[in-house]
Amino acid sequence: MIINVARKELKSVFASPMGWVILSLLMFAFGTQYLNAVNDYFAVMSGAMRPAERTGVTQFVGQSVYGLASFIMLFAVPLLSMRLISEERRSQTLPFLFSAPISLTEIVMGKFLGLVAFLSILIVFIFAMLSTLNIWSDIDFGFLVANSLGLILMVASFSALGIYFSSLTQQPVIAAILTFIALFALMMLDRYFAGDPNNIIGSLSLTRHFQSFSSGLIDTADIAYFVLFAVTFLTLTVRRLDADRLRG
Amino acid sequence: MNNFTVEAIELTRLYGGREAVSNVSFTLSKGEVLGFLGPNGAGKSTTMKMLTGNLAPSHGSVKICGIDMIENPKEAKALIGYLPEMRPLYKELTVDEYLAMAARLHGVNSSKVKAAVEVAKERCGLGHMSKRLIENLSNGYQQRVGIAQAIIHSPMVVILDEPTVGLDPIQIRDIRALIREVGRDHSVIISTHILPEVEMVCDHVQIIDKGKLVFNGSIDVLKRQRVGDKLLVGLRNAPDAKALLAINGVLEAEAVSAGMMRVRFEGEANPAEAIVQAAVSQGWGLYQIAPDQTSLEDVFVQLTYQEQAIPAEQAAA
Repeated sequence: MIINVARKELKSVFASPMGWVILSLLMFAFGTQYLNAVNDYFAVMSGAMRPAERTGVTQFVGQSVYGLASFIMLFAVPLLSMRLISEERRSQTLPFLFSAPISLTEIVMGKFLGLVAFLSILIVFIFAMLSTLNIWSDIDFGFLVANSLGLILMVASFSALGIYFSSLTQQPVIAAILTFIALFALMMLDRYFAGDPNNIIGSLSLTRHFQSFSSGLIDTADIAYFVLFAVTFLTLTVRRLDADRLRG
Repeated sequence: MNNFTVEAIELTRLYGGREAVSNVSFTLSKGEVLGFLGPNGAGKSTTMKMLTGNLAPSHGSVKICGIDMIENPKEAKALIGYLPEMRPLYKELTVDEYLAMAARLHGVNSSKVKAAVEVAKERCGLGHMSKRLIENLSNGYQQRVGIAQAIIHSPMVVILDEPTVGLDPIQIRDIRALIREVGRDHSVIISTHILPEVEMVCDHVQIIDKGKLVFNGSIDVLKRQRVGDKLLVGLRNAPDAKALLAINGVLEAEAVSAGMMRVRFEGEANPAEAIVQAAVSQGWGLYQIAPDQTSLEDVFVQLTYQEQAIPAEQAAA
């Protein structure tokens, strides 16, 4: 049943040009970044004389592309997640889902997975694009896998937060703005508490937990953080929708 | 074991402190069509939302084919097809896509989805609209898609909230025929403002006003109220009421306006012929005689404005 809801969401995204436009625009941005990074690699490395200054091509290009990707997702996810529930609320299509034999958890999970599946297309494309470096070089696939996993987890957390804000309002734009502000604050927390690495508030920051992935390290603590983050907001969304049924 | 398809037990819904629906109880058996009547804001839609699990009742419970909506919502919802007042259509999809999605979400086996979509389209007369975007369909066709969506998984209970709004007369006739057809082997609950419609398609009628059930009974009870025991007689030289009372079978006679008299008679003894004879022989100048029917509207108004007129218990028989 979750799959059916997810299918419905994917179908809605691709039924309008929006899904295609977003995919192609983002891929264009990532492709440009990739090309620039490869060019820069030669420029930088030819200037780096000592071995300590040299980095591998995977790390150099990968960090550049994944860094941009995580930043762009900050804008892309709110735009995609904003309509998930608020649009249904506004066009009064929620009763269609509520009166079908599916639970609220399944509805929310389905919508969440639909969005993450859509964004995963981008992550798979980025992975494939970076893999092409392997044609003339010997790249570190482990690094790419760690980065892709980190990006998927981060995007999933963004989406969960986006769905929650979408369930609070009837106006998709408000949902998008709220999501963006919340995500931006969570990304920036890291900056404010940079001086004190052990600060608890600082460790709530999304960026800090993405950092280990971006250096190629898969840390279970960071995975747990992202999973908990997503689960928290999905649970809140289910509760918000349940309140609709109870309070009307 | 009873075979009620829908059982509503003392449904109550509070909004703030106000009771939008209070203490509504009724049952519906297989093969019955129930009409839900009531003025705006009477609680029709709220009741329907509670029946379909879209809204939790403050008190009371709903059972669909014996399955409790609150305890086993998934099983109960699988037996219901619901068309809310606002059509829940995803306008960016085509008719086929939307109906296939509805079938899958209602648990139709994936090998049977296509067949189910075809049957639903056929029943709602949507065959030639398959590839059109719902957004581009006319109001009436969108309504049909809404109905198709509600019957696609051949549910035991079909609940339609004002299904004929926005349709042209031919479409309305089709939809009524469809409701009757669905009502043969399933149960149907419809709400409407159009009173003749209730008379045409429903076996049972419920009139709800200010959240309370004011009438619950067979359509025949309502019809009996309506087919009156009165005659409207037009006389150019109207005599005294006493002269009319002298005719056999006449119980009451009163002047409605100049030259018009309303005559109430006893049961089956229709004194029309006797009145005509008397009028001719005594030169009253008869120019019109017709049964004086209380319209369904009158009955409706009577019930919703003077609740005490027919106590619900008595009518429920």
